[in-house]
Amino acid sequence: MLRKLSVLAAAVGLLTVGVAGPALANGGAKEAKDVHWSFEGPFGKFDQAQLQRGFKVYREVCSACHSLKLVAFRNLGDKGAPFYNEKYPNSNDNPWVKAIAKDYEIGDIDSETGDAIKRPATGADHFPSPFANEAAARASNGGALPPDMSLLAKAREEGPAHIYSVVTGYKTPPAGLKVPTGGHYNEYFPGDLTSAWSGSHEHVPPGGFIAMAPPLKDGLVTFDDGTKSTLDQEAKDVSAFLMWAAEPKLEERKQTGFAVILYLLLLSGLLFASYKTVWRNESH
Amino acid sequence: MSGHSTYQPKTGFERWLDARLPIVRLGYDSFVDYPTPRNLNYWWTFGGILSLCLASQLITGIILVMHYTPSAQGAFASVEHIMRDVNYGWLIRYMHANGASMFFIAVYIHMLRGLYYGSYKAPREVLWLLGCVIYLLMMATAFMGYVLPWGQMSFHGAVVITNLFGALPLVGESITTWLWGGFAVDNPTLNRFFSLHYLLPFMIAGVVILHIWALHVVGQNNPTGVEPKSKADVLPFTPYATVKDGFAMSVFLILFAFFVFYMPNALGHADNYIEANPLVTPSHIVPEWYFLPFYAILRAVPDKLMGVLAMFGAIACLFALPWLDTSKVRSMRYRPTAKIYFVFFLVASCILGVCGAKLPDDPVIPHLTTFQLMGSDLNSFVWLSRIAALYYFAFFLIVLPVLGLVEKTLPVPDSIASPALSADAHKG
Repeated sequence: MLRKLSVLAAAVGLLTVGVAGPALANGGAKEAKDVHWSFEGPFGKFDQAQLQRGFKVYREVCSACHSLKLVAFRNLGDKGAPFYNEKYPNSNDNPWVKAIAKDYEIGDIDSETGDAIKRPATGADHFPSPFANEAAARASNGGALPPDMSLLAKAREEGPAHIYSVVTGYKTPPAGLKVPTGGHYNEYFPGDLTSAWSGSHEHVPPGGFIAMAPPLKDGLVTFDDGTKSTLDQEAKDVSAFLMWAAEPKLEERKQTGFAVILYLLLLSGLLFASYKTVWRNESH
Repeated sequence: MSGHSTYQPKTGFERWLDARLPIVRLGYDSFVDYPTPRNLNYWWTFGGILSLCLASQLITGIILVMHYTPSAQGAFASVEHIMRDVNYGWLIRYMHANGASMFFIAVYIHMLRGLYYGSYKAPREVLWLLGCVIYLLMMATAFMGYVLPWGQMSFHGAVVITNLFGALPLVGESITTWLWGGFAVDNPTLNRFFSLHYLLPFMIAGVVILHIWALHVVGQNNPTGVEPKSKADVLPFTPYATVKDGFAMSVFLILFAFFVFYMPNALGHADNYIEANPLVTPSHIVPEWYFLPFYAILRAVPDKLMGVLAMFGAIACLFALPWLDTSKVRSMRYRPTAKIYFVFFLVASCILGVCGAKLPDDPVIPHLTTFQLMGSDLNSFVWLSRIAALYYFAFFLIVLPVLGLVEKTLPVPDSIASPALSADAHKG
């Protein structure tokens, strides 16, 4: 009986997890597109070429409005990062890191005069933000605040697939939907369109209005590795890059996990054998 | 401690120490020679697993504090500093965050085991009460710990929970202001939660010592619920229980590692990766999974104050359990009717958990509208949670007191060894 009970308990438990999970997804928006990522699964790794392409998309397009303030230039040369090279275990020595940092200007204080100055960034500096503060960001974006992108891929329920879906999810609004000024209809952006919809309440279109105009289009970025820069490719690459930015230790985590679980399986086997040996003469 | 000590100091130093501080004797009597019922099953390994959880939370927590900044300005960035710049910081933080969930998985199994086998009945009432105190402290600790990363869910969760005290008549507002250290959840709130989050685990450790002490006075319960009567009923803790607990801990660690390394954020909320912003409220404010059943009970009651009282009442039932259950038979193994009510209790608790995660007015069966009752459609999670909450309270307040008086129980074995040995004889 107890065995049956425990099976039942496990089943109920699993059901709870299964039902409770999707409950948190955003209402109204379409479920994110199914994307295959190289970093999925227990042995998943970032595709370095993809991260480099994604970084280029961020740098040339997204960074005009979106900050990446938790990421330092040196991080670009860390293990698993877009510009990692085994020749430069210290990412501050990495020539790509140095070259990228040099192109950015960082506000600083002149140590001699105390004046506010601008100097080229070094590997230790973080990506500078495009706006001085939140008010400035909102003023330049019709009142909307472009979110910081450092953790964006983890701060959305569906992860990088959500970013990919939103960037590729702009559609001509269906007839009967009144799009407000400064808004753009997007099937994957969470929202409730009931008040803007003149049709029947049973058929409110999915999605919401996003202040960001479609940011990417075919051929917007020229990829250095010759990959064709379609909208789909750009969106996928920048989403992968943002996943790296949000979880730079992902590869290290998965690799460590494999070793840890293998060790624990062996340990469990040994302990089970010990248990059987110790208890061999005892009924229970 | 039960029975007299059989510890024999072997070396000169041990004899010297034993005459001055018999700490080795205490350890020997508690964890080596301590007699354990020979028929304990795997549900009894969760005590050991829980000690492991507490130790893991303490160690990872102390390391996290070395790198964390307890201020509304710096908390969020310092957690990300841990994730990105501290050596193995990601591992320590993911262990601590998922460790809380593991701790609750283990404690719920441990409590349900006690409930099923009647481990709260005389003479184990104090043992059970101490366990309830630990559980209460765990809930307070987990809640305050979740506030510390200062993400959106941290902040707004803290607002919702602290506001509950505002429902209390007369003193409510003063208590809330006092908890906040101001007129809103802000830097002082974060600082006091941090201080208490560091203090409470050591209080838990203290009550755990009392819990183990009480356990060693009354001895362990066992699946038959029959007290050990002779030497044939028991085995020494080491090696018999140690090796079995060790195996169970190792298997539990596999589950733990699976979450830490492969789905570290599955049990958390994506919103908590957005820094707290008092001006933007997340669309769904949901507590961590281990609070969901109580959250559902809170929302099931239309009146705020009554809801708060119901929620605390649900926990109070656990404290009163030893005096609510009137059955003379300890283990539900010999209580066929109680067993069925127990399964329904399990189901009701899980349903409450699901309801806690949903919007109260969302339909349980999609696209079905029935009729309105007390301001909500009957086909809604709020109504489902009302039914489940009623069962939750009925189980403690009606089923257990009444059933104990009227139930026909199965014959209970004379001793632990007799059914165990006869089962063995069957096999042989």
